Amino acid sequence: METLDFIQLDPVNGIYLFIVGFVGGLVSGFIGSGGAFVLTPAMMSLGVPGIVAVASNMCHKFPKALVGAVKRARYGQVDLKMGLIMGLSAEAGVLTGAHYQELIKQRFGDVGSNLYVSVAFVTVLGIVGGFVMRDTIRAHRLGTTEEEKPGRLAQWVHGIHIPGTMVYFPSLGRRISVLFTIPLGFATGLLAATIAVGGFIGVPAQIYVLGMNSLMASATELVIAFVMGVGGTIKFAWSGYVDIRLAMIILAGSLFGIQLGAIGTTYVKPYVIKLVMGVIMLTVMVSRALVIPVYLSQLNWLPPMAPETMHLMKSVSFSIMILALFLGAGIILRALIQGRRAANAATPDLVADPAT
Amino acid sequence: MSPVTKPPESKLKTLIWGCLSILLYGALLMFEQPIMALSSQGKWFFIVPVTIAFIFSFVHGRFTEEFWRSLGIRAKY
Repeated sequence: METLDFIQLDPVNGIYLFIVGFVGGLVSGFIGSGGAFVLTPAMMSLGVPGIVAVASNMCHKFPKALVGAVKRARYGQVDLKMGLIMGLSAEAGVLTGAHYQELIKQRFGDVGSNLYVSVAFVTVLGIVGGFVMRDTIRAHRLGTTEEEKPGRLAQWVHGIHIPGTMVYFPSLGRRISVLFTIPLGFATGLLAATIAVGGFIGVPAQIYVLGMNSLMASATELVIAFVMGVGGTIKFAWSGYVDIRLAMIILAGSLFGIQLGAIGTTYVKPYVIKLVMGVIMLTVMVSRALVIPVYLSQLNWLPPMAPETMHLMKSVSFSIMILALFLGAGIILRALIQGRRAANAATPDLVADPAT
Repeated sequence: MSPVTKPPESKLKTLIWGCLSILLYGALLMFEQPIMALSSQGKWFFIVPVTIAFIFSFVHGRFTEEFWRSLGIRAKY
């Protein structure tokens, strides 16, 4: 086994990881996913080797997802059966995605691998994020922000009966074929292995393909993330790549965040979850689109770029990625504060005074 | 809705879980080298980081839950 250089931890690095972990946890607790994508580059910026950063990120994600799932299950938002079925198929997607990654790395090296990841980011986030955002804006314009109804695709899925594959899911209040949930779980895992956030497919798929409401979909995604995270952590820890100190420091911040994010879901209208997801996805898409020319240039598929320009574009890209996370967190905190004020005004005894 | 906790009780729980959490993190940093040596061995030693993660999620998870509750920040339903 190769010898790994684990970094020396100092208080400044610790506080930095704690804060990024908190903001990431807040987003994950609210939309079920999407808070961890910035952690791998954040750790690498401290000098942590890439594989250790990925492994340690994974090791903080599964306990975070567990705590978030338990919390949101108490609010009646989790469909455990759906989470486990999709989680297991996502595990297969993770293994397949990791295999593709290895093949691309062998064929095109680190730059080719980075290009593949960035193109996947831009394509998936552009299409799915654009769709989520369009749906959110339309719901806001039509004033249909209070309740969500299954769309045409979900209604079609509900109408399909394939003998021997039908399973009852409490979140849908009906039986649907697992031949729909398994590929969606697989795609979630595939994306998780590629861009570290499977929920950018998992949550919209549960909403638009299966017809689940946003609250249930984002909460159930935490179960999927837990199942994927345990499997991924074992895979990386088997090779000794996990830096447990880094993982637990990030977890320290993210558990504060995930509790707050989960509480926030009880104060907002369901469309706010889509809004946060759409904003994060589209901002991250811009961030990753910026570095694609850099990788194309390094592969000599575009004219060479000055090292200073490459460095600048990578720095701007990383800053926009952090901005995406903080934008999402800002919307969540604003919605939480407004929701608490409204609830407080309606029933002062319930919210303002915990002693009652 | 979950039962409402009175502030003194919640603050006491926050204090207890907070102390336990600090103890865990203190132990992790104090025994950093042997723990890292064990967990980076790989193979069946994967149990070390996974077990640590589960223990921390339970203790620190309870602490963070009680922390927000003691501040009066809790779910609407």
